[in-house]
Amino acid sequence: MDNLASKSALKRHEAEDTRIKAGPRGSKPRSALSRRNIIVYGTLILVAVYYLLPLYVMIVTSLKGMPEIRVGNIFAPPLEITFEPWVKAWAEACTGLNCDGLSRGFWNSVRITVPSVLISIAVASVNGYALANWRFKGADLFFTILIIGAFIPYQVMIYPIVIVLREMGVYGTLTGLVIVHTIFGMPILTLLFRNYFAGLPEELFKAARVDGAGFWTIYLKIMLPMSLPIFVVAMILQVTGIWNDFLFGVVFTRPEYYPMTVQLNNIVNSVQGVKEYNVNMAATILTGLVPLTVYFVSGRLFVRGIAAGAVKG
Amino acid sequence: MTGLTRGSVRPNQWLRNLNAKIASIPMILTALVIFVGGTAWTVVYSFTNSKLLPRLKFVGLDQYERLWEAPRWIISIQNLAVFGFFSLIFSLVIGFVLAALMDQKIRFENTFRTIMLYPFALSFIVTGLVWQWLLNPQYGIQSIVRSLGWESFSFDPLYDSDIVIYGILIAALWQGTGLVMCLMLAGLRGIDEDIWKAARVDGIPMWKTYVLIIIPMMRGVIITTLVIIASGIVKVYDLVVAQTSGGPGIASEVPAKYVYDYMFLAQNLGQGFAASTMMLLTVAIIIVPWAYLEFGGGRKRG
Repeated sequence: MDNLASKSALKRHEAEDTRIKAGPRGSKPRSALSRRNIIVYGTLILVAVYYLLPLYVMIVTSLKGMPEIRVGNIFAPPLEITFEPWVKAWAEACTGLNCDGLSRGFWNSVRITVPSVLISIAVASVNGYALANWRFKGADLFFTILIIGAFIPYQVMIYPIVIVLREMGVYGTLTGLVIVHTIFGMPILTLLFRNYFAGLPEELFKAARVDGAGFWTIYLKIMLPMSLPIFVVAMILQVTGIWNDFLFGVVFTRPEYYPMTVQLNNIVNSVQGVKEYNVNMAATILTGLVPLTVYFVSGRLFVRGIAAGAVKG
Repeated sequence: MTGLTRGSVRPNQWLRNLNAKIASIPMILTALVIFVGGTAWTVVYSFTNSKLLPRLKFVGLDQYERLWEAPRWIISIQNLAVFGFFSLIFSLVIGFVLAALMDQKIRFENTFRTIMLYPFALSFIVTGLVWQWLLNPQYGIQSIVRSLGWESFSFDPLYDSDIVIYGILIAALWQGTGLVMCLMLAGLRGIDEDIWKAARVDGIPMWKTYVLIIIPMMRGVIITTLVIIASGIVKVYDLVVAQTSGGPGIASEVPAKYVYDYMFLAQNLGQGFAASTMMLLTVAIIIVPWAYLEFGGGRKRG
């Protein structure tokens, strides 16, 4: 214990020593209230307020009763907090004739997201592994087509996919939607996994080959355990992406399977009845809750995921 | 004898690396059937007069003529142009300025980044609905400013067909600038510290260093960001559906919505195919020069 403390003290001393030797680092120290600091932090705080305001308004609105919304202003905190709008949004809000709330959409989204994420990652990771370690003639050509395909607007491919799914007998079902998500997740995920596997030390792969391990053994026993971070990144990317999808949900499923985003839009933008803004905002928060949770929990990995997702080059 | 055995043991060309080929079947199918096949199918059928069902009865450029005569399509294209132009400019400028601010060795960098990026985790539907509420003329920003005493204040983009596209722009910028900031920040962090030192030694003011030295050095990052924003703009759909449903009237229609409505609601497939082919063309105009610059000219990456 003592020993450890003295060791760390020594280390600190050494660190100080090198710092002195190297001369002062970084820019000149400034007073906390310099003009520059006021401008930089002032701007950033204003920007932060702008970004947070919609979230604040959403939460505040969802906790008010309708009479209070009609007389008050949207930024005012609730005088009387009520959770009724949340209950109503979850269990009673109507879309068309169905009045069982967003809960149905939520469970549909779960039933869509879980298999889509698992299947698309499984397919793309094996694919990226084949491209990185077991290249065969023509593989690069297909991969190039796949990456270019990521830029084609979905609208161009939607109808042919409808026909293919109809021929397979899965148009309108959850299975069909899972297939669609697997297809459109493939370009970016394959790229992600290919680049990651290509960056692993090649000796490892070669040693396993010499030991007689085959394609699947190497994938399961060596690649998979070494690549957990990239699997987490892929998962973040897919969970938020698929949960937030609207277009595929509306095109490829029947109303009883509509995902949460589609149902939310139908609830809020329905023309019948009196608009209940508090219920609408509660429903909106509920729909955003899953990706927001993923975002706040994953932190830096999320940034890595979207950087990978964004920089497709 | 030995030679013969060796010959028969030698694996067939097609069976070599068989597992990798099996693993690649989904990729090959997606690339060939969906991406190449599907795109070609839509382009071919855009020259037919398909209505409720796709039919191979060619009518030349009829669908395209009808498309460019439709007021709704013209408005969609105009909206896309205005929306695209301003969201490119604003998201690049705002994203860069924010990134430059974040790069000043500030405290709480993580907190600020978390705040600026969280809207990006939300769907366009959620974004559109929140801003629909904030811009609600009866209760939203307009009524707040009026209640503060400025009675004639008018800010009602979602119900004014002249400026409705700017209402959508505000929401889109709120959702997307965080991402641009992150990409730009990564670009700024990639620049050698010595450049800054040299500029400081030479007494070049900070803003000048940014404009004359740093931005030209970030060309690659900026162009990539540009392509990402641009290909996102062409696809804009959910946001409009949630925020305005294309209204008031047809004032905030966009091409992606035109395609969906004609294919699945109006049951006029030919129009939908023609419109989606035009979208493809737009993307090609953006992507091809970029791909050429980035990957052409002998310089290979990846």
